Amino acid sequence: MFYFPTLVLFLAVLNEIDLNYLEIEYFSFNFVYILIFYWTLKNPHYLSYGSIFIAGLVNDVVTGLPIGISSLCYLLICAVTAYLRNITLRPNFMNDWLSLLVTILLVNSIQVMSLDLIFSIDVNYMRYSINSGFTFVFYPLFLFLFINLEKKIKTQKND
Amino acid sequence: MASSRDDFVIAIRSAFLKKSYQQKFSLLTLIFLSLTILLLGSFNFKVIQYIKIGIKEVVYRSSFVVSIPENYVKKLNFQLKDHLNLYENYKKNEVLLDDLRKKKLTNEFLVLENEKLRNLINESVKSEDIYAKVLVDKDSPYLKSIVLNKGSKNNVKLGMAIVDDSYLVGKIIEVNYTNSRALLLSDLNSKIPVLLEPLNIHAVLSGTGKNYGIIEFTKEEYDKKVNNNKIIVYTSGYGGLFKPGLPVGKIINNANLKKNIVNFFSDFGQLDYVRIVSYEIGSGN
Repeated sequence: MFYFPTLVLFLAVLNEIDLNYLEIEYFSFNFVYILIFYWTLKNPHYLSYGSIFIAGLVNDVVTGLPIGISSLCYLLICAVTAYLRNITLRPNFMNDWLSLLVTILLVNSIQVMSLDLIFSIDVNYMRYSINSGFTFVFYPLFLFLFINLEKKIKTQKND
Repeated sequence: MASSRDDFVIAIRSAFLKKSYQQKFSLLTLIFLSLTILLLGSFNFKVIQYIKIGIKEVVYRSSFVVSIPENYVKKLNFQLKDHLNLYENYKKNEVLLDDLRKKKLTNEFLVLENEKLRNLINESVKSEDIYAKVLVDKDSPYLKSIVLNKGSKNNVKLGMAIVDDSYLVGKIIEVNYTNSRALLLSDLNSKIPVLLEPLNIHAVLSGTGKNYGIIEFTKEEYDKKVNNNKIIVYTSGYGGLFKPGLPVGKIINNANLKKNIVNFFSDFGQLDYVRIVSYEIGSGN
């Protein structure tokens, strides 16, 4: 159970889960961002930076992006969460949620700028914006799931 | 003021450099490593290229295995839809079949005539097909592409056309030893030379990142002629990349978008097996 978040992270990057079976146009969200944000903010010892870096490389290969760009984005999320951990005395949900929005916007802006300006790859800005929006909206749902999962991991560890 | 700035610097330094919580690497080291890989990759540094190829060989196969359950659910969804629309589809197909039977006779005559005319000018079109299975077809918001299970080992080369039945779906943009990646026509970065028939207008078909394409760079105005004609988009063969005459899609006027769009003949979401096609025009002269 201790390695469960790492396992989910690798399954997510290998499978590129977007859960869009209804084929709604533009619907997509970045599950990996939510996963990394939650676990590195709340319990960094369950998800190592090394595995996040490798997951980024795998994601680049699966999605066909220039290799190294997802690793950079994932690690920037880790940097923000590490900073938040250092400055936060009493964590609360609203602060975390809004921090996620700022983090996603920052990370996606860096990704779009790198793809567009350095690699000259055309990107759909609308898709990025909507993806960021849905990622932000779905955070509470996954927060609930991850909190329960964390409780189970802790219970199993104590047993 | 100075103390709050000090706190900020301490928090940043701690976040980037501290190897806390059983972490083996500091964040800064890994961020620098990512940036190095990214920059060396953009300059086509050889070591990075070899690492890339190695990772791709492993990751594509793993991704295919991991995606099996999700692909099964997807297929189930399509099957369910097919069952629900069974009667409606049967009625439509009945009319279509009747129409096609009539057209087949004319078509056979045209094929024979075309062969005779090519023989007269000593021209022959040789094409080679490689059948490939689609390993990964993730509809990523960033890139519309598919990964195929044939690579340089099977003589797959950059730029070869990908065909589903007889419809063009994309071209090869990356070749590894046992697999390759094809960019779909719907991708924002896809641009191919096409011919609009029966208007006989040369143009460029661009992907939009959605499930349709748009026509760009036409010499003549074609917009006004769409309403009166049924315009089919074929590959023009310009640039020598694709075999001329491969059907791509049909131009329709989309009322919601208030513009003409190209509806692709092939459904890119349901590709299982495709053909990788190379061709050569031989001339007797």
